Amino acid sequence: MNSRVSAIASNTFREAVRDRVLYNLIGFAVLMAGAAILVGQISVDIEKLVVINLGLTAVSLFGVIIAIFIGIGLVSKEIDKRTLYTVLSRPVQRWEFILGKFFGLAGTLVVNTICMAAGVFLAMLYVTHKLQPSDASVLAALYFIVLQFLIVTSLALLFSSFSSPLLSAVFAFAVFVIGSFSGDLREFAGAQSGASHWVAMAAARIIPNFSGLNVISMVAHGEPVAANLIFANTAYTFFYAAMVLCAAVLIFERRNLK
Amino acid sequence: MSAIEILGIEKTYSVGFWRKRPKCALKPLHLQVEEGEVFGFLGPNGAGKTTTLKLLMGLMYPTAGTAKILGMEIGDPRMKAQIGFLPEQPYFYDYLTAAELLNYYGRLSGVPAKELPQRIAAVLDRVGLAANGDVQLRKFSKGMLQRAGIAQAILHDPKVIFLDEPMSGLDPMGRREVRDLMSQLKQEGKTVFFSTHILSDAEALCDRVGVIYQGELRAVGSVADLTAKVHGKTELTWQGAIPASLKALSADAKVNGDTARIVIDEAQLDSTIDTLRRERCRLISVNPVRGTLEEYFLQHMNSSNPGSAPLPKSKNIESSQGASA
Amino acid sequence: MKPSRSVTLIASCLLVACFAVSAMLSRAVNGLRPRAAIEDVLYLKSAKTLRWLSLGYTGLMADIYWTRAVQYFGANHFVGAAHFDQLAPLLDITTDLDPKLTVAYQYGASFLSPPPPSGAGLPDQAVAIVEKGIRANPDDWHLYQCLGFIHYLDRKDYAAAHQAFLRGSAIPHAHDSLKLLAGRMAEKSGDIETARIIWMSTYDTTNSSAIKENAATHLVSIQAMEDIAGLEKIVDLYRTQTGHLPASFRDMALANLLPGIPLDPYQEPYVLNSDGHVQVRHPEKYKFLERVNPDGSTPAPSAK
Repeated sequence: MNSRVSAIASNTFREAVRDRVLYNLIGFAVLMAGAAILVGQISVDIEKLVVINLGLTAVSLFGVIIAIFIGIGLVSKEIDKRTLYTVLSRPVQRWEFILGKFFGLAGTLVVNTICMAAGVFLAMLYVTHKLQPSDASVLAALYFIVLQFLIVTSLALLFSSFSSPLLSAVFAFAVFVIGSFSGDLREFAGAQSGASHWVAMAAARIIPNFSGLNVISMVAHGEPVAANLIFANTAYTFFYAAMVLCAAVLIFERRNLK
Repeated sequence: MSAIEILGIEKTYSVGFWRKRPKCALKPLHLQVEEGEVFGFLGPNGAGKTTTLKLLMGLMYPTAGTAKILGMEIGDPRMKAQIGFLPEQPYFYDYLTAAELLNYYGRLSGVPAKELPQRIAAVLDRVGLAANGDVQLRKFSKGMLQRAGIAQAILHDPKVIFLDEPMSGLDPMGRREVRDLMSQLKQEGKTVFFSTHILSDAEALCDRVGVIYQGELRAVGSVADLTAKVHGKTELTWQGAIPASLKALSADAKVNGDTARIVIDEAQLDSTIDTLRRERCRLISVNPVRGTLEEYFLQHMNSSNPGSAPLPKSKNIESSQGASA
Repeated sequence: MKPSRSVTLIASCLLVACFAVSAMLSRAVNGLRPRAAIEDVLYLKSAKTLRWLSLGYTGLMADIYWTRAVQYFGANHFVGAAHFDQLAPLLDITTDLDPKLTVAYQYGASFLSPPPPSGAGLPDQAVAIVEKGIRANPDDWHLYQCLGFIHYLDRKDYAAAHQAFLRGSAIPHAHDSLKLLAGRMAEKSGDIETARIIWMSTYDTTNSSAIKENAATHLVSIQAMEDIAGLEKIVDLYRTQTGHLPASFRDMALANLLPGIPLDPYQEPYVLNSDGHVQVRHPEKYKFLERVNPDGSTPAPSAK
């Protein structure tokens, strides 16, 4: 990665940290601790199931919210503060700027997730007193959650490159919600015929496939995650995020910064 | 090779939501700035100064025309490595310290990592922020932010430096500091292109100025030339009383002890001197009172008639300059 | 200039006072609302809507509903009321959201299917839920166990029970009791030994403490029923030998027909009636006690 992209990435990471984004980990820790203690009294005999479901759902939701809230400002904030002008007047290409911002936020989310993963495993340890080898599938679920973050980040960055923070937030949440139903959308498309079939299929393909990245329930029941699913999701995320970033670059390249 | 060559660059927007109307922010601009010059780009707010700078920096794309800086097209990364830019009223990254900010910018400008620390220290010292290198920018005053801005503009030792309203929002001390910095840059042989609507700053610093109004370049030349175009006045002092005929000429005549003084239009200079000689008054001095750019503005800018003021050519520019607006 | 002290004082007192009043009013409002409305609001009727609302986090949503089901059942179970009308929808929704939640199907078998007062008396709904589970998890032997259970105990459909146990026993790692029960369905359906095997099977294979407790309760009753059947046989033997009914267990012991005074599962002596029937001393401790026929079969359940 060239030095300008990594300079922008590390600056973005530093901004997130100094903006105290990582304080969300405190809220998460409190949530996990409370859940671990209470779950045994409320949900009979399925403590581990609930701890994993709750923990992974929280990791996913917290992260998506952070990705959207920071992502929507990645470009617009730099314009408001006029820092973008000082950056682009240097030998920095616009695409390098977009890539750097992406990696900076992605890196922040990865660090955040690693801390949260430790919290989830601690809670699991607390309720079951002993971890088993099959618990490694929880790591696979966490990895898929990180992949989900990469897609959400790229989308938030895309919206940030051309619209205001408020609109970007609305678009990003909308895409997240629809993406979680992508499985249902495909089924719906399959049931249609003619023109509506093609339209629905196209929509189902364009919308990010978050339902494919959600293996939380599976992992909570102790089932393993197939290796070829891991490869497929990794490749999917890479190409999808790359597609979105290309769109972001195309839009941003043409933008007149008034 | 000129430092800056603007060849007909122009910018038109379309505004409005439903029916788009074109709005011209900058009419085709032709301008040249030589190396080592300090060039002031003058105009009231909304005249098109910032638009011009943004077009030169590649932040906006011109509707037509091109420009070259140091002989290279705008957008060329090699060119960008040799220019510095300070935008208007920047906030910068307030969570960074001054040193971290410069480090970031230095990396982006391609300053070798080994040299960065010394460069940063030297530049901070130069702009007077040596003591605040580790203070977060959110704690900086306006004046300090402006100095930090100049620091990032000169960090990589560029040949041409662009400043958009560098004095805006500063108190007199701050303005003095920025002015001194700009003079130093000139002494180092750098080309400085800055925009301002504060005329006194331009008068003090610039070799030449360009006057822009409503998106159109109205005049270019040295300050002296332009103010000479202001219908200047002359001040006459003499010994003796004020002749009656002169009193009629100007109600301004004053007597200080045994010295009388009057300020009259240049046009009336000859007839006034004749009158004083006839009255046998002893002439002490004849001083032209130079018009200021202020007066130039007021005189010329009121006419919203494009092209009414033909570009007075300064004696030091080549006439390879393009046609006027 | 500092903030005015009198304003600070007044505002603080007002804050506390208003909080107290609003808290009391909140309680009053809750008291005024009809109870049923609260419970209806606790869940939406449509699993599909919930699936959409959960944004793909169906596992957690299922757990939340499962928690509701357990709390609901727990509260109603102890109260002894026979209003299980919310249990079926709760179990249905939970299993829609998380088809692999085995314990929910087991609850269906143990508490939805049996007749009141210990269950909701909805065996057909329980069957529907378990069969839905089997479609989603064809390799989970627990579900066939549940199905067989419901068909045998509550619907008395021994052929269907046989089928269920048979299919379940074919699954690798299935519990041995399934094979055993499949066999017994054909020959000895309806007898007490089979019932004991069923409840032992449940007791051994469940992780849920409520289900285990329920199975234990049944087993205690079955134990007593078996004891009584055995004891009454010995009474008959005595009568055959001596020509008259025994006056007490002591007589039977003296006749070397019993090792001592027989004790029930609660360690209390059985009671010998004058007509030769044996009873437990405290019938109220046994929830599922029924008369056992001489051939070992249990009569059709009467509503208790």
